[in-house]
Amino acid sequence: MAVFITRRLLLNVLVFALISVGIFLLVRAAPGDPVQMMVSPEQLQSGGPAFIAAKRHELGLDQSLVAQYAHWLGGALTGDLGTSFVSRRPVTAMLAERIGPTVELMGVALVVGLVVAIVLGVAAGMRRNSFLDYGATGLSLGAVSLPPFFLGIVGIYFFSLRAGILPSSGMTTPGVSGALDQLRHLVLPGLILALITAGPFTRYVRGGLVDELGADYVRTAEAKGASRARVVVRHALRNSLIPLITVVMYQIPQLLAGAVVIEQVFSWPGMGQLAISSINQQDYPVIIGFALWVAMLVLLCNLIADVLYAIVDPRVSLR
Amino acid sequence: MTGPLLRVRDLSVEFAGEEGTVRAVDGVGFDVAPGEVLGLVGESGSGKSVTAMSVLGLIRPPGRIAGGRVEFRGTDLRTLPEREMRRIRGAEIAMVFQDPMTALNPVLTIGAQIAEAVRLHDRKVSARAARARAADLLRAVGVPDPGQRVRQYPHEFSGGMRQRAMVAMAIANGPALIIADEPTTALDVTVQAQVLALLSTAQRETGAATVLITHDLGVVAEMADRVVVMYAGRVMEHADVRTIFDRPRHPYTRGLLESLPRLDGDAAELPAIPGTPPGMADPPDGCPFHPRCPMARDRCRTERPPLRDVAAGHASACHFHEELGGRGAAAAGEESHA
Amino acid sequence: MTTTSLPRRSGPRGGRPRSRALRRFTRNRPAMAGAVVLAVIVLLAVLAPLIVAHPPDAVNLEAARQGPSARYWLGTDTSGRDVFARTVYAGRVSLLVGLLAAALSVVLGTVLGAVAGLFGRWADTVIMRAADIVMSFPAVVTIMVLAGIVGPSVTILVLAIGVTQWPVAARVVRGVTMSLRDREYLQAARISGARALWLIRTHVVPAALPPVTVTGTLAVAQAIMLETTMSFLGLGVQPPQASWGNMLNDAQNLTLIQTMPWLWIPPGIAIAVTVLAVNFVGDGLRDAVDPRQAAGVRR
Repeated sequence: MAVFITRRLLLNVLVFALISVGIFLLVRAAPGDPVQMMVSPEQLQSGGPAFIAAKRHELGLDQSLVAQYAHWLGGALTGDLGTSFVSRRPVTAMLAERIGPTVELMGVALVVGLVVAIVLGVAAGMRRNSFLDYGATGLSLGAVSLPPFFLGIVGIYFFSLRAGILPSSGMTTPGVSGALDQLRHLVLPGLILALITAGPFTRYVRGGLVDELGADYVRTAEAKGASRARVVVRHALRNSLIPLITVVMYQIPQLLAGAVVIEQVFSWPGMGQLAISSINQQDYPVIIGFALWVAMLVLLCNLIADVLYAIVDPRVSLR
Repeated sequence: MTGPLLRVRDLSVEFAGEEGTVRAVDGVGFDVAPGEVLGLVGESGSGKSVTAMSVLGLIRPPGRIAGGRVEFRGTDLRTLPEREMRRIRGAEIAMVFQDPMTALNPVLTIGAQIAEAVRLHDRKVSARAARARAADLLRAVGVPDPGQRVRQYPHEFSGGMRQRAMVAMAIANGPALIIADEPTTALDVTVQAQVLALLSTAQRETGAATVLITHDLGVVAEMADRVVVMYAGRVMEHADVRTIFDRPRHPYTRGLLESLPRLDGDAAELPAIPGTPPGMADPPDGCPFHPRCPMARDRCRTERPPLRDVAAGHASACHFHEELGGRGAAAAGEESHA
Repeated sequence: MTTTSLPRRSGPRGGRPRSRALRRFTRNRPAMAGAVVLAVIVLLAVLAPLIVAHPPDAVNLEAARQGPSARYWLGTDTSGRDVFARTVYAGRVSLLVGLLAAALSVVLGTVLGAVAGLFGRWADTVIMRAADIVMSFPAVVTIMVLAGIVGPSVTILVLAIGVTQWPVAARVVRGVTMSLRDREYLQAARISGARALWLIRTHVVPAALPPVTVTGTLAVAQAIMLETTMSFLGLGVQPPQASWGNMLNDAQNLTLIQTMPWLWIPPGIAIAVTVLAVNFVGDGLRDAVDPRQAAGVRR
């Protein structure tokens, strides 16, 4: 077990290093001089070439690429991702205060999406070609075909503007406090994200269950006199949910992508919104910080998926 | 008890496919007396396993039983509601499957799976008692160190041990009938004999009748009292085991016998039956065996031979069974029907 | 396979696999509906200049904020531009980006998948590990960061989608290649010192063509979705050029959503219908090419 995890860990560290090099080089190759972005035009005007050179030295831009990378990576590993060009605040702090809302959104979507997917997927898998089965197919098709930002606008149009029952943006109403207000703000973005999350999961649960229901051991259980419900729950579902655990871990980063879009539609103050506004302002330190955090999340999810799979499935022996 | 334990009549099973319906079992009938061992013989795809699953009422869509009766202790199982049928499955009629690797649930312990068989039919048994019973059953089928083994998963068992566990599961509720579907096919040759011996012992000790499904006539010779030979979903011949081996009255049975290795024969010269079984969506007209039959005539191509009694307790579905009067007798006869 | 399964059928309605696949496709109603809808969309996009009455970027402040009418079928936006014209022209961009990006991902994936499958060993390990890792990153975020650093443009969009989507095709082609590799003609070819590229062209590509067509079709749907998402986020097609995504972005303000639904309904419906149609066609193709999978499970 320890060897298995260590090997996976080393691989992930390697991948992370490659990604950081990639991002570093990409930023250096990007158009635009960081010095010009960092200092105000007036300073640039008054200081002249000498000022720029001094600033370059201050930022370490006159060193070799390798040295620059080492310096930058050293900072990043100790949690120092630099300061924002725009707000002059530490990037780590900016990301940290945005992670809560994003996690909240993703968490709700994941839980609701999974519950919907398992219930619908099992029903569809047990009664193939039934009304519910077509509903499940429709949901998974809709989830990959309906753009979430369009769904968001449709939701705002009907529930916020026409019916006036749900807020259209933000996490809270200014001046109003309480859990109910927060919950109302969560409904639209949370459910839309849940809907697009449930699509692939439903497909997976249904497919897995249909697969397992055709397995020999299901026939054995039936031959023992087990009821259909027992066969499904105790035997087939148990087996089909094992791969789902890893699928969920792999889907969490995809969920983040959905969250980025949804945050934009509903002005949800999360990491995605921060990333988009930073990109629009060419605030490189924040963009890079965001990218590294996402990379870490992805690799962590992969690692957890591998380990969980090995723990849950008795067939996987760890060597 | 009078009459057979199991009586199958005119059983037909169909599978609906993308390109039409396939009749996998076509008018099959046989009896199994209490305590007797019936060998159900045929190549793969001949409908043996489908027949077995029909007896348990476990044909699932796209398959369906198209007709016939499956009487167990005089009741037609096809008329029983699912709830009643479940009470019979695993308790009165138990099943041993071909591949114990896939037939056991990979994520449940062996003990849990045997205990499940016990508790499904006796709710009064506590979980703990069921687990103890599982260990007893494992010991009974010759699994060493059963106390430890009940906690292991199927992948921690060897093939032979897995099949022993399957047998333990089958005898858990003292069934009157055990259906063993190719119980040794997936096993190593060295283990096959052990599992057969185990089945034999279990059958003797519990007094259960057994339907032994196999493509291996050697297994039949060793175990069976009577034999039903199937081909392309139909019964070709039906007799007691001695008669089948000594006086087969169907060319297909003869072909099977000739492909059997004998102690005094040269293994290299085994004549296999030429050709392959027909695709059953497109069964040949007439006798299903005629494309491969060395004795086939025009009549065989057009007229389907019914299963007829050729002697007491001996039935054959061949137009020209009389030409097979004795083993080795040449199937000479000239074409008699123009 | 268990012995209870169906006997294989070799019926009179056999025919060559390709014509059989075609028949299965034409019998698949959703797939045919998708194909028809898609044909209409492509026709609209190709013939756009002949169809629309107003240039898509023509500002006409006097005609701004008009609802749908005989003159402006889908109304006008805040600058008086014709929403119908913009929707149709946006379709050109989306389809073009979708096709180019999907083609790029399929070509990349085919080459990498074939190399992995042919050479095995470390090449296989490295390529497929890389595929796993690329797949595990959310494409929207990856493209966002790339476009954010390098600067958004249609070119970057196509490249970024191609770079994030190649693993799908790579896996398919690798599978096909591996199954071919052990056949004699490939081994013979290798012994005679034939070049890998030749092997891929003459043996791997023909065998991989049906499954890759399916993957490629589904990749088009995915690419269109990514393009519209990036354009919606302001990181794809840049204004004033119309794209379904940036039209929705333009309409993203409560007053416009409420008072001028003709601004956001047409591009939204256009995305949904197009992606759905491509997905239906892709699913239909897959079922036609691989009926075994169609009968049972879809993953």
